[in-house]
Amino acid sequence: MDNLKEKVKEDKLVLGHKAFTSRLLTGTGKFASKALIAPMLEASGSEMITVALRRVDPDAPAQDNILAQIPDTVTLLPNTSGARTAEEAVRIARIAREAGCGEFIKIEVITDMQFLLPDNNETLRATEILAKEGFVVLPYMMPDITVARQFHDAGAAAVMPLGSPIGSNRGLEMREMIQRIIDFSRIPVIVDAGIGRPSQAAEAMEMGADAVLVNTAIATAKDPAMAGRAFAMAVEAGRMAYRAGMAGQKAAAEASSPLTGFLREA
Amino acid sequence: MNITLNGAAFVTDCADLAALVDARGLDSSSLVIEHNRQVIKQDDWANTPVREGDTIELLNFVGGG
Repeated sequence: MDNLKEKVKEDKLVLGHKAFTSRLLTGTGKFASKALIAPMLEASGSEMITVALRRVDPDAPAQDNILAQIPDTVTLLPNTSGARTAEEAVRIARIAREAGCGEFIKIEVITDMQFLLPDNNETLRATEILAKEGFVVLPYMMPDITVARQFHDAGAAAVMPLGSPIGSNRGLEMREMIQRIIDFSRIPVIVDAGIGRPSQAAEAMEMGADAVLVNTAIATAKDPAMAGRAFAMAVEAGRMAYRAGMAGQKAAAEASSPLTGFLREA
Repeated sequence: MNITLNGAAFVTDCADLAALVDARGLDSSSLVIEHNRQVIKQDDWANTPVREGDTIELLNFVGGG
């Protein structure tokens, strides 16, 4: 048992120079109240959370200081949401770092406003630039095995293929593509977007994903702290199942009990 | 003088960034200012003059995924 505890404890997610115990990344979007964020972080044990950068409305200066809600022990992952080109993403990343948000950046470049699917070309260009500038780059991407390789070569710290469209709660629609990326990737694979239920998070982890990022499903639950805990447990269970090495499926039955020594007449 | 503030034309007589923040009634604790594509630290707002034609972005971090 102690051996098992030790095995779980030493299993870290390494992104850039930092090691994380939790494999559940969370987001700050869509919470009914900002006050729900800190309790969710505590309940889930999530050690990394996304934030976005936006213009202040000069005529409505009621500001939404999200950073005040996040404990110092949790790593900030600013995203480049709103960027439509690599240049815009690079600009947002530099501002976030200058503003004291650290080295981590989730690159998100979207031009398709109906399905909010990422533009892999622009995201790759931004990754090349920002990795050279010392950022720990986590690109949000369409699951594409060739592009995933290119992200590795460009210096990304991980790849973040989407499970299904942002906020859709549809789970792993991209399952087969994600599995192929997991199978060959030399950098961590974080399934981001579309994970709507803990069972879907567990499925991604069982497949061998290194982590998942969940925002909408937690933030829009009636009880985000409880939802956060549920996702954390699912991620942990899925991770342990992957490491345990589960047996495959079989077409026919295979008895669990011995097929000899029955108490019956010959 | 005429400046571009958050992407729109804006007329101001504020001499520096700190005055601009005060005039807009903004909470400075969470504010990030980009002045002509350069992020200016809060300690330097008062000694960063606002000049004709400047491009200024008043930004903050918000919830996002």
